[in-house]
This record gives sequence, C-alpha cells and structure tokens, in this order.
Amino acid sequence: MTNNKQIPTQDIVLEIKDLRKSFGDNHVLNGFNLQLHQSENLVIMGKSGSGKSVMIKCLVGLMEADSGSISVMHNDITKLDQRALDILRADIGFLFQGSALYDSMTVRENLEFPLRRHSKRFKDDTNRDAIVIEALENVGLKDAIDLMPAELSGGMQKRVALARALILKPKIMLYDEPTSGLDPITAKEIIMLMQVIQKKYGTSSLIITHDVDCARVISDRMILLIDGIDYATGTFAELSTHKDPKIKAFFKN
Amino acid sequence: MRKIKAQLDLFLIEIGDLTYFTSRFFKETFKRPFEFKELLNQCYSMGNKSLLLVAITGFIIGLVLTLQTRPTLMEFGAVSWMPSMVSISIVREIGPILTALVCAGRIGSGIGAEIGSMRVTEQIDAMEVSGTNPFKFLVVTRVLAVTLTLPLLVIIGDAVALFGSFLVENVKGNVSFVLYFNQVFNSLEFGDIMPATIKSFFFGLAIGLVGCYKGYYCKKGTAGVGKAANSAVVFTSLLLFIIDFIAVFVTDIFFDL
Repeated sequence: MTNNKQIPTQDIVLEIKDLRKSFGDNHVLNGFNLQLHQSENLVIMGKSGSGKSVMIKCLVGLMEADSGSISVMHNDITKLDQRALDILRADIGFLFQGSALYDSMTVRENLEFPLRRHSKRFKDDTNRDAIVIEALENVGLKDAIDLMPAELSGGMQKRVALARALILKPKIMLYDEPTSGLDPITAKEIIMLMQVIQKKYGTSSLIITHDVDCARVISDRMILLIDGIDYATGTFAELSTHKDPKIKAFFKN
Repeated sequence: MRKIKAQLDLFLIEIGDLTYFTSRFFKETFKRPFEFKELLNQCYSMGNKSLLLVAITGFIIGLVLTLQTRPTLMEFGAVSWMPSMVSISIVREIGPILTALVCAGRIGSGIGAEIGSMRVTEQIDAMEVSGTNPFKFLVVTRVLAVTLTLPLLVIIGDAVALFGSFLVENVKGNVSFVLYFNQVFNSLEFGDIMPATIKSFFFGLAIGLVGCYKGYYCKKGTAGVGKAANSAVVFTSLLLFIIDFIAVFVTDIFFDL
C-alpha cells in the first residue's frame, strides 16, 4: 500500500528499516519503515498509543530498538558510540510534545544550553548572544529573553522550544505532536511558524501528530502508522480519499 | 507470605539498581567533560539554602541538650563537666546525624522532586538530545555538591549547637565564653573530630545518591514525582542510621572509643 516516488538514495537523510520494539508482550512496532528525503515534510500519523513517540525516541537514541536499522544522514545510529551520537545529534532538532524547557533556567539560558554543549561551533560569546537573539526573533519572542518558562503561556513555551531546537541549525527537525495541548489559533500559528522556518533553513522535517488539520497543511507526504507498521504511504489527498476501511476510519475520526 | 516475598524481591531489586547507579556515578565522575560551573551552582544552592535550617536546628539542640542534662549533672555535682559532655556528644554523634537528617529532608527530597519532575516533563530527554550527558550534568554534580557541603554544614551546625549550649550555661551557671570554650577544646580530641567529619562525607554521598536515584528513575506523572521525593527521604534516613552504625563500629576499632 505504498506510493513512493523514485528518489535518488543520496537525497535520503533519514531511513528506518524493519524497526521493532516491544514492552513485554506489548509489540508496539512490528517492522516499521520510513525514508525522509532532503527538504521534505513527512508526517507520521497514528492513533494515541500507536508507537509514534516510541519510534521518534528510537530515532535519536533515547530508546533502544529491539531490532532493525536506523540511518541518520548515512550513519547507523544503533552502531555509533556515545561521542559520535552526541555529535550527530547536533544536526537533529527535536521539538518535544510538552516543550521540555529547562524550568530552572531563563529563556536565554535554555537557548544557550545547546550552544555551550557544542561550543566548538560557536566559540565567540558575542556571536552566541547574537545567535540566541536571532533564534528568538525567528519565533517572535525576543522580548521574552529573560523570562522563566513558567512565566510563558503554552504557545509561547512551544515557540521557545522551537527556537531552542533550531538554534544549532539542524539538518533534520523532529516534531513530536507540535500542536498538542494548544488552542486551534495557537496551533495554526505554530504550524505556520514551522513552514516559515522550514523554508528559511531548508530542513527536512519529520512530524508526528494525530492532528489531521496539521497533517493536511504541512505534509508533503504522509505515513500512517497502524498496528506497528507503515500501513500506508502517500500524500494527504491520496490517503484521505483511500478506500481501505482502516485508513478511511482513521480520517473519519 | 507471597506478599512479603514480593516486597523483599522489590527491595533487593532496588538495592541492586542503587548499587549499579552508584558504580555509574563513580565511573562518570572521572570522565570528561567536568561540569565545574554546575557543581559550584549546586554547592552554593545546597549549602546556602540549608544553612539557616541547620543553624536553627543546631542552636535548639544545643539549648535543649544542656537544659535537659543540667539537673542530672547538678545532682552528682558534676555540672563543670557540662562543656565536655555536650561537646563530645554533639561533635561525635548528634551534630552529624541531625544535620544529615535535616539535609535528607531539605536537600534529598529537593533533588528527588527536581530530577523526577525533569524526567516526567522530558527535560532529561531534551538534555540528552542536545548532546549533554544528563547523568553527568544532573547526577554527578548534585551528588558531589551534597557530599562536599554536608561536612561544612555539620561543622557550622556543631558550632552553633555549642554556642546554644554556652548560652544556657552562661545564664544558669554564669560561665564565661572563654572558660566554656576552653573546656570544649580541651575535651575534644582528634579521634572525636576526624571520624565525625569523614562519616559526614558518607552521609552526604548517601543523601545525594538516593535523591538522584529516586528522581532519575521516577515513574511518569505528578504522583511519581511526589513518591520519588518522599521515598528519597525515607530511604536516605534509614541508610543514614546504617552508615552511622558502621562508622561508629569502625571508629571503635581504630580509635578505641
């Protein structure tokens, strides 16, 4: 049930093959596959508990897969040592479902944190300050630079988290439920921001969501994660008019 | 019977996990990069924020101990032994264990709740994704900070307790500051101060390790955070008495109490 265009393999920035992950008797992923291409917005949709977050955590090495291979920019992350993995992670931005801002640090310190970790890229302190301000300007929150995360609304926290995820200018962006917990207007703003940033930096994005509106607006291509496998692949228009009852039911709901 | 066995299994698993966590702490402590800035932040935060609590507790203990003991010593005409008796009991035992218990409540629960909350809100995952080793940044720095600051807090707590004791002696027995503290320092020996200081390091290590362990493996949800903070205090308090017993036993061998 796939609909892959023939794309040269050097354009593939991220590839998952036959990924399997179980928690006891609960088989969450049963041989999941995906390919993310250069500058593409790929949306993974699935119901809550279908294993989307597990998959994305395996992708950045936060969780160990039972079997299968995960290749990020032609590096098999299951075979990398910690040091190599940390270096590779600088090229991956991750927007967490709950923003995951460090609540004991100000917005400025939150954004500086990844810069300090990868100080070889940003040796000059003045440069570092300018990078933080530019990142906040990108998300329209320059004035919030000295606020604590607790002083920000949910939408603002998401924007700051997005600025933090983008601060190292990653080649791949991973979004875990970017619109969850937000009101429809703020959700739209976040989606627009994601589109603007994608255009500006040309990043490849993997977006995990169960928000059909978000998928419709942002996706170049979609994968439906059902029963732990990549059940269907295609554009939003193709999948939303599909005859398969499982896919149909999905879009109906 | 089956329930007791299950509880015992859980307890033993927890001991095993804590042992693994401790060995990882020692391994990561000597690995680069060293997080000096965060270590200093934590030392300041833990030391500074616990100082008042430790001082008040020490002061009250000094007062109460002297007030309670005075009538008995007077009965035997041995009230002049008060500075020696109070100083030895405070420096050897009461000061370290009480300060450690106060810090277990203040620092241990704080660490458990803070790291637990970072776990459930995915802040630890965010740290890892940004290329930082969260174990080094959060656990190693906090455990080292509490290990280094607790002996200092114990010394301050002891000093304040002795001052409290002096105040009672001054009011009730008209004993001067110089006379009281002369007697205190004459009665204290190397064998009183050194073992107490060494065991304070172990108390600090236990508080830091258990607090961090409970927080780091916190179960999802706010209930998990509360449980992590609570069990950090309970488990640490038990561990402190076990360490104290071992410390006294070892001190007895080397210094012939």
